[in-house]
Order: sequence, then C-alpha cells, then structure tokens
Amino acid sequence: MTDEVVGALRERIDPARVRSGSTETRLYRRDASNMTGRASVVVFAESTADVQAAVMVASRFGVSFLARGSGTGLAGGAVPPDGAIVISTSKMNRIISVDAENRQAWVEPGVLNLDLSKQIAHLGVHFAPDPSSQQTCSIGGNVANNSGGPHCLADGVTSAHILALEVVLPDGSVAVLGGEEPEPNGLDLRGVFVGSEGMFGVATKVCVRLMQNHPDVATMLMEFDSVADGAQLVSDIIAAGIVPAAVEMMDQLCLQAVEAWLHAGLPTHAAAALLIECVGPAGQVAAEVEQIRTLARARGVSNVRIAADDSERAELWKARKGAFGAVANVKPNYYLHDTVVPRARLAEVIEKVYEITARHGIDVINVFHAGDGNLHPLLVYDAREEGMVEKVHEAGREIVAFSVAVGGVLSGEHGIGLEKRDLMPLMFSEIDLSAQEALRVAFDPQLIANPNKVLPNPATCGDMHAVPDGAWI
Amino acid sequence: MDQTVDEFAAAVGTVDPVSVEGAATRGGAVPGVPVVRAPVGITRIDAAEMVLECGAGTEMADVHEALAEVGQTVSIPGGGTIGGALASGVSDITRLAHGPMRDVLLQTHFIAASGKVTKAGGPTVKNVSGFDLCRLLVGAWGTLGFFGDVIVRTRPLPRSSRWFMTDAEPFELLATLYRPVAILWDGATTWVRLDGDPGDVDTTAAACRLQQVDGSPTLPGPYRWSVAPNALGELRSEPPGSFVAEIGVGVVHRSVPQPRHPTDEAIRQLHDRIKQQFDPSGRLNPGLDPLSVGVGQ
Repeated sequence: MTDEVVGALRERIDPARVRSGSTETRLYRRDASNMTGRASVVVFAESTADVQAAVMVASRFGVSFLARGSGTGLAGGAVPPDGAIVISTSKMNRIISVDAENRQAWVEPGVLNLDLSKQIAHLGVHFAPDPSSQQTCSIGGNVANNSGGPHCLADGVTSAHILALEVVLPDGSVAVLGGEEPEPNGLDLRGVFVGSEGMFGVATKVCVRLMQNHPDVATMLMEFDSVADGAQLVSDIIAAGIVPAAVEMMDQLCLQAVEAWLHAGLPTHAAAALLIECVGPAGQVAAEVEQIRTLARARGVSNVRIAADDSERAELWKARKGAFGAVANVKPNYYLHDTVVPRARLAEVIEKVYEITARHGIDVINVFHAGDGNLHPLLVYDAREEGMVEKVHEAGREIVAFSVAVGGVLSGEHGIGLEKRDLMPLMFSEIDLSAQEALRVAFDPQLIANPNKVLPNPATCGDMHAVPDGAWI
Repeated sequence: MDQTVDEFAAAVGTVDPVSVEGAATRGGAVPGVPVVRAPVGITRIDAAEMVLECGAGTEMADVHEALAEVGQTVSIPGGGTIGGALASGVSDITRLAHGPMRDVLLQTHFIAASGKVTKAGGPTVKNVSGFDLCRLLVGAWGTLGFFGDVIVRTRPLPRSSRWFMTDAEPFELLATLYRPVAILWDGATTWVRLDGDPGDVDTTAAACRLQQVDGSPTLPGPYRWSVAPNALGELRSEPPGSFVAEIGVGVVHRSVPQPRHPTDEAIRQLHDRIKQQFDPSGRLNPGLDPLSVGVGQ
C-alpha cells in the first residue's frame, strides 16, 4: 500500500518533495510532546495544489493524513497516526498580502508567528497571539491548536485573530471559511475550524487580524512572600475593572532556575513574582499602574520593579519566555502541563500542585498565565530514575483532574491531541462527546484527517489510564 | 431560573418539529410549529472571573442592568433575549474594538435534536475543550440545537465612553486613532466612539477636533450589508445618508437588502452535512437555513 501511495503522490507532486526514506519518516514521527507515531511518507507542500493533491491521494487510498507546521505542539496533535501521510506546510511560508489600513494580512500557514510580527512591525501593527514558542511555531499550527500566549489576556486567543481560512477539506475540495467581509452567510465554519487540531482539513492560506501597536507600555515585576498573595492580587486587579495586557506568575523554583541561566536580576528569594504589563494611551497606563500598585500593597507586595525602558522590558520578557530553557539546569527531562482554573481558585490549585508533586517526589516549576488562570506546572525529572516516568504521568493526571474539579478545563492553549484525549470524559459526557464527533464526521466522513486525536474512542471512554496506540511515553 | 434546562429539554421533546422563541425581536418562531421558550434568569455573575451565567431566555436588558451593578458589560447587542442574540450571531456597532459576538459564548447546555441536554465549551474565559461547538451554535439560528443556559464572557465598563461627530475623513481616523470603539460614516459625516481614561479621551478628541454628541447616528434601515472593509471607499459614489458604514469592520447599514451571492458548493455541502449530523429529521426551527436567513431579511 505504501509504495502505491508514494507512487500516486509522486505523480502529482514534485518527487523531490515526496520523501519516504527513513531519515524523513523518523524525523517526522513526533512533535514536541513525548509521544511518537509512525509516518509512511512526508510531503513538503509548497502550494495549495500540493496539499490538495496529497489529501486527494489520502482520500482515494483511504489512508490517514496529518498536516504539520513546526512541530512545536505539546499535546501530541502532530504525532502521525500509524502510517500516515505527513503534509509539512513549513515551506508554505510567504506573507501574501498586508492591508495595514484595515489591519488584515493573508499569510501561508508555514509563516512563523514571530516572523509575521517582525515583518509588519514598521506598519505599526502586530499579530497578537504570542505563544512562548513564537520564534519557531507557525501560524498554521496556531490555527490548529487555537494557541494562546501571555498577551491573550486582553486580546483573546488565536480564534479572535483569524478572519478567514482557505482550507483543503478531507475530501480534497478547497473552500474559503469566513471571509474578509464581517458577516459571511451561514455557520461560523472558520470558528469551528480553528482549534480542530488538523482533524477538519488543512489550512493553506490564513487571513489574520492585526492589532495596533500600543502608544504606551508599562511592565512591572512584583515580588511576594507567598504564592497565595500574588494569586489573590490577580483576582483583585480584574475585579477592580482592569484587564492588563498580560499577568504572568513565576514561582520561586522558576525564578531561581531562570536567574541561574539568564542573570536577569530576578528576585530569587521571593516565593513568587508577577510580571504585569499594562498598555494603551499614557493616561490609562499611568492610572492602571497606580491602581495595581495600591492593590498590590494591600496584598503585601515586598518589592515592585518597573522596567525603565524597552531593553529592560525585553529582559523581563526574555526571562519569562525562557523559563523552559532554564529547566535543563534543574533536571534533564520535563513534562509541561496546561490547565485553566477560575482565577479565584489559583492559590488553592497551586498549593495542590505542590502537594501532589511532593507526594510523588517530583520537582515542579510554576510559570504561567495567571491573568487567565492558565496554569503551566512544569514537572521536572530524570527519566533514568526507576519508575519516575510513571510517577510524572500519575501526578499530571491528578493535577488535570483537580483543575477540572474546581471548575476549570483540560487545556488553555496546548490542545487536547493525544495527551488529553482520554481525559475528555472528565469534562464531557458521552452525549457531549457525540456532538463533537458529529461535527468531525460532517467535515471528514472518511475519518482520515489526523484520526484518533481529541476524541476518545468509545471503547476507551472512561478508561483514564489508557495510553494511545502507537504512543511512546 | 424559571425552569431547569432539563424541563426545557422535556418541552423540546425528541421527535416532532419544534421552534424556539425569545422576545420575537429577531423574527420570532417558525410559524405553524409548536413553540418552546428557554429558561429565564441570571444564576451567576462573577466580576473577578469576568463571566455571567443565565438562562438563554433571559432578556438582554436584564443582563446589561445586572452587569452594570458590578461595573461590567457584555458585547452582545441590547434588545430581545440573550439566546436570540446568540442564535442570530449579529454583533453590535462596537465590533471594531470589542470583536464579533461569537467570541463571547464560553459554555452552553443546549438541547440537541435528540432532546438530550448537551454541553459545549468550558466555563473559563480561556478554554480549549475539543471542537468548538459554541462558535458553531452562535449564528446557527437554532437549527442545530436550542440554547438552554449560557456562560458568557464579560468585560469591565470603561471609565468614560463618549460619542463624537466630525467631518474628517473616516479612513484617516481609522489610521490614526488608537483602538476607537466605533467609526461610523454616512458618506458626509463621521461618528466616533472613544472609551477609556477620561483624560485620554479629552486629549484625543481635542487633537482630532472631534465634537461631542449625545450618541450614535440613527441607522437608515434594518438591513446589514457585509462588505470587505477595504471596499468601503467605494461608498463615496453613493448619496450621503443612504447608508451608515462601520469603518474598519465592513458592516453597512441600509434600508434595502444586500443582493445575494451564490454559495460556494463546498460550503453548501458542509452546511448540509452538519445539519444532517445534528438534526437529521430537520425538526429544529424547520425551514430555517443559516445560509439564507439574516436580520432584516
């Protein structure tokens, strides 16, 4: 079958870009999660026609296909289903057009997130979603995962920044979902496609909304003697009617790990620090900063550092976004979780995270989007230690279950993928999941687009400990 | 709430055609079919979480009034019920700053065609919860399911909010103003809404020579034309006052309906397959087609 599929692909796509050698298939068998699948062939698409050709071959032979951007996903969404055609969109990396006046741009899916904002910076606009991986993650991947980032607190996650999508549907037809016009007729298929983790087709062109750069910015680092005080301040700020551009928290182990690596002058003695950024016209920014400082004093803030200029601001953000790189100095392996809890429960959930990880003998670093209640417990460990991997997974499951139990959700921005597929019943009944399955079947009657992700198989429904077929943990 | 979502589900039933009606401000129920009404009542407002939870039959006036008491609001147009507003999916004239209404629905328990109560989305402002059924249902005109209860994302009321008038070029204002809430233009006059710190609003208004007015202009009619924002300049050839255009957005308010565009075949087929999956017997709001229904049409 594989030879026939590869032959059919090479009839329609430049054979130099249809690779079935072990180098490519091994390289593309995993993403940034710790799960592995098996690709049978990798297609390096350069155009919508290439993607369409690959999908039509998949449809004709009834084999599964998987679109892949930069492979930075953390939930296994880009781990190939067994023997899949992997369609890499990384060579589709052109910015097609930019309308600075109306703040829209058409881009190909392989454009890297940060490259887009850099290349349009001279026009006074930017693309708001800013995942920590923004130097390497692609817009197509952002669309597939409905990605977030620190600055999504005020401006929303990816779905709020996608106006239209040209997609190749799983039957090989090409359609435009949404549009530059504000109210296309019919259902919001654009909104449905965003976050569908490659299971509704492949985005081949993306019309993004661009946001104006801010006239004034203030970035503060606030130190606290307890995580609870910092967490409570987050609720105080929102309840006072202020929605900062970003509110990030780093706990002590995180501060120490990052400081040892980057020497950014972080307060390693503090139990936690909040990185808060306010943006807007000067009067609004000044008023918000003053109000937040007053609220922080009431919560016993021990020190406030305000970035004096852009370079100090960049240094603080580098410390925040570089936290994952610092982990290597602590332990050789990490497992990054992603759940959301109500802001009011943040302190309680973090205490629970400490309790769970301590019980399993695992170190944990907390660095997360506190303003959204979006936790990112980073479980750091040495996989060579006997039984440690199992402990990490058990601790992770307990953290996710507790987050959902206090009124939270499974994921804020990493997606469900393979990692949380079998945890979906924590949030959804079989009836709820069947509605999601119905939507999937409408888009993909053959069930060939990145199958076995997001939705648990009926057979494994309720079996919280099942490891997906083909997965390596 | 005046009834539970389960009681609402029982009224929707499992087999026969049925239509849902709120305050009938957006067209009302499908004629000739039994009518059901969604639960009414606000069950939770949490300002620190920026969420409101209520029955889908709750009047928008009550929603806005209750939110104002905690210094918040929600980007859903006034009038009628919250369920009706979400089912139509039509945003208000502040979309330039606040985004489309489809972004406010976080979670719903809706009644599927099977009569079963079905949950979509999640209760927190940021949530990835599998496929986005919330955005599927907003603007679906009740053809895929009836909203029972909803959790919507709220936002703080601005410290000041003012409308201004000017004869300045609207597209230049779009280029120069920092995040205006609305720029409306009728071919001769431009109206601008600015929200935020009172001092910032004063400074901006003075710099752009904006003249404060009581409110937004009267719209010329109930019809909404949907136009790419970069095509709005073409309205210069039309008589001033015959339209009010939302600059930077592309909605043009008029007294006559927009000519219909043919629907792409792949899009038509997707709609048909979704309807077939969600309501195979076509019993929910029978005869309504999201591809052709619209406010004022």
